[in-house]
Amino acid sequence: MAWNAPVPFAGWVMLSGILFSIGAVGFLIRRDPIIMFMCIELMLNAGNLLFIAAARYLGVMDGQVFVFFVMAVAAAEVAVGLAIIVAIFRTRSSIDVDQMSAMRG
Amino acid sequence: MTLLPFAVLSAVAIAFALALVLNRNAVHGALCLVVNFGVVAVFFLMLGAEFIAVVQVAVYAGAIMVLFLFVIMLLNIQGQEGGLEEKPRFQILIAAALGALLLAEIGVVAPMAAGMGGAQAASVPAGFGSPELVGLVLFRDHLLAFEVAAFILLAAMMGAVVLAKRRLE
Repeated sequence: MAWNAPVPFAGWVMLSGILFSIGAVGFLIRRDPIIMFMCIELMLNAGNLLFIAAARYLGVMDGQVFVFFVMAVAAAEVAVGLAIIVAIFRTRSSIDVDQMSAMRG
Repeated sequence: MTLLPFAVLSAVAIAFALALVLNRNAVHGALCLVVNFGVVAVFFLMLGAEFIAVVQVAVYAGAIMVLFLFVIMLLNIQGQEGGLEEKPRFQILIAAALGALLLAEIGVVAPMAAGMGGAQAASVPAGFGSPELVGLVLFRDHLLAFEVAAFILLAAMMGAVVLAKRRLE
């Protein structure tokens, strides 16, 4: 394999998929909601990477614009999510996700 | 972009993503994620998305991660942080199995994707990914979505303020 060959599109799909899988597994195995949140950001970022790669390989700009929107929504989501975590910590003085069962039906 | 820098940077990105998942300390995890976002910004640059790379550094590695670190230090939950050991073992096994399944699916799909976009990058016009072209596409073709995004950010800002403020006695 020549190391100065151009990267095939499948390489970007693989990289993005590996990062997404790491984020998904991290979300499932961690209990700290802040780390779970960071795993969500990791997954979003893997999706963004695939969007940018597809935009480059297809030669259209729309993927980049979509990534711009994903970033805006991610920023909004982080602001609200962290505010919820702070509010839960204030009322229960603990943020263990396994103890958040107050809304169980 | 050639294969050698791609492989090296991919290894760095994957290593720091794993460090985030396996690290006990939330602050260390956040710093690992900053490195991961920085590497992804370099990928964006190499894929011809200069404007998005700058936005990635400013918004993700800058603003969002500062918010994370701020909340981690505000809550100061070093003592009771739940490590990997405290989760029931079967849950970790199930999560690992699901992750392996997801990876296997991607391993199947990725070779198919090679035929979709063409193995080689398309030839793109000069200024591809520059702020001018991104802004042109954004405001010409996606103006409504842009305005909706502005409302989402406004609503999120108000929601965060209402949720995080102390109750007035």
